[in-house]
Amino acid sequence: MRPLLLSHITASSCIGTGVTATLDSLLRQRSGLKHCDFETVDINTHIGEVQGVDAVRLPENLHKFECRNNRLAELGLRQDDFFEAVQQAAMRWGRRRVGVFLGTSTAGILQTELAYRERDPVSGALPSSFDYAPTHNSFSVADYLRQRCHLEGPAVAVSCACASSAKVFGSARRMLEAGLIDAALVGGVDSLCLTTLYGFHSLQLSSPAPCRPFDVARDGISIGEAAAFALLERVPDNVDGDSVLLLGIGESSDAYHMSAPHPEGRGARRAMQAALKAAALEPSDIDYINLHGTGTPSNDRSESRAVAGIFGPTTPCSSTKGATGHTLGAAGALEAVISALAIKHGLMPGGVHTTHTDPNLMVHYIRDNRRAPIARVLSNSFGFGGTNCSLIFGRAA
Amino acid sequence: MTLSAYISGLGVLGPGLVNWPETAAVLSGQAAYQPAATVLPMPTILAATERRRVGRVVKLALAVALEATSQAGEGPAELVSVFSSSGGDGHNCHELCQALSLAGREISPTRFANSVHNAAAGYWSIGTGAMAASNVLCAFDASFTAGLLEAMTQVVVDEVPVLLVAYDGEYPQPLHAKRPIPDAFGAALLLTPQRRASSIARVDVALSDLRFDRFADPALEALRCASPAARALPMLRLLAARSSGRAVLEYLDVSRMAVQIEPCA
Repeated sequence: MRPLLLSHITASSCIGTGVTATLDSLLRQRSGLKHCDFETVDINTHIGEVQGVDAVRLPENLHKFECRNNRLAELGLRQDDFFEAVQQAAMRWGRRRVGVFLGTSTAGILQTELAYRERDPVSGALPSSFDYAPTHNSFSVADYLRQRCHLEGPAVAVSCACASSAKVFGSARRMLEAGLIDAALVGGVDSLCLTTLYGFHSLQLSSPAPCRPFDVARDGISIGEAAAFALLERVPDNVDGDSVLLLGIGESSDAYHMSAPHPEGRGARRAMQAALKAAALEPSDIDYINLHGTGTPSNDRSESRAVAGIFGPTTPCSSTKGATGHTLGAAGALEAVISALAIKHGLMPGGVHTTHTDPNLMVHYIRDNRRAPIARVLSNSFGFGGTNCSLIFGRAA
Repeated sequence: MTLSAYISGLGVLGPGLVNWPETAAVLSGQAAYQPAATVLPMPTILAATERRRVGRVVKLALAVALEATSQAGEGPAELVSVFSSSGGDGHNCHELCQALSLAGREISPTRFANSVHNAAAGYWSIGTGAMAASNVLCAFDASFTAGLLEAMTQVVVDEVPVLLVAYDGEYPQPLHAKRPIPDAFGAALLLTPQRRASSIARVDVALSDLRFDRFADPALEALRCASPAARALPMLRLLAARSSGRAVLEYLDVSRMAVQIEPCA
């Protein structure tokens, strides 16, 4: 594929709002996870909550979009001059030539969960204040951002569980390549809600402790939330050598099980190979792998087999979910931004909370930060339904 | 900017519309439209345990996907797919929200796993063994058009056949009052970069400022408006008529999609 330029990036998660705070936490190996005190949730688990989400107010004319997920989107948009960068792209290319591709798994479902507690005792009706389209529907966050940024190009929400905001890069790339748009606002926004907290608990996939990806004693995920965005454009002739490019995308399906990964990482392997092929790279060209690394026994085993099968046991890799938690539909975009920061700052972030790397996982899992020049990073995102996406980022020169 | 492909397989299922040939008869005026509850077949491609777990919209999506691919003689195993739906499984969503509103908040792990928007795509992959890329989209009422745009870019840019599956089902009350989709409707298109023996028509799509098409028949117009996937009906009407022409489909508030159809003789 033709590489694309990440002309602007931003990320907000429990380790920081904006890239400066995010990088600082990564450098200090600081985790943002805490014991769950979200809403009325009564589960013994840890969460990664973004600070200040509910203090955010949406612009008056977009009041109907008020819900935690869109407040998180707005908070994310305000960091790193990202909103201004989008406006400049709209000026440069025209509002109809900028598309919006947003990944989310649950959008504003929290709004519906709250509304169900306020049903009319006689009729069972939801409260009149509840508005489905701008909060509950998966498109709500994409629609909010396109209206907020006054963009008139193609817009869509991608909702492929935990691979959602990795796959948005694929949709945007095809639109750019087809010539329908000149720039794309891509990203992921997913926020804490009862469905995912109680849902992963029901599957016994959430850990009571802060998650420990690739640890011998790992026992599940910690759910987080995030808003992470990138502005994607074609690579200009005079591109700065320090810029970060999207070099490859690989997508696949497991054809195995709805909520369990293939034991040998069959689909994961296929996604990574497809990304390498798209980038015309060999496994030895990858300097660091940002793993999906959720911290469940089955995911990490399956992913390690797929990674080891392609890269062998020496390529440094880690999961940043011990720091950020698993931000579900936002994870792909959050880890794309972390991958870009890794390249820009020569940082391989060590996996936080992991103390005894599982000796059965035959990959080179790093627990301590490493400073070294990084030319290329591969980032994995996998989801329920057996959906997989691998992205490769690299320095322009 | 125009994107071109061939429609080489079609599947349709909806209220009073049992498959593509019968839908074509209605849309071309050879048969009267008689609305009736959508009848969803049991998905035979799934093992018995999975068959018991799937909801109505999964059955709907698999049915139209199978009709479109079997008509074209296309083996699904290596087929790239795009699934597009506004709301996914409304009944499953209601059950989860209901359980979470009660003391105890005991929710079924199967319901949670099935709550992902890509559940139908996941079951399609499991049932057919398809390991190719599958994308799953939502654009509220524009979900069909957004799916068509995504599928067309994939056909043109990656030069591969793509299966588009657009489907939507009803929410039960109390969500039904907030999102009144009356019944299940789905449409699947097999889009190919080259003309094949099974090709029905060449299709050219472009974003447009034209006014979108409506139906004079009130029942068909009601169906078009009620289900996001049924926003495909003006395009299906042209395909049913087997004549050249242009359909304009609803898309976002700022744009529509013009679909030019040229039948394969």
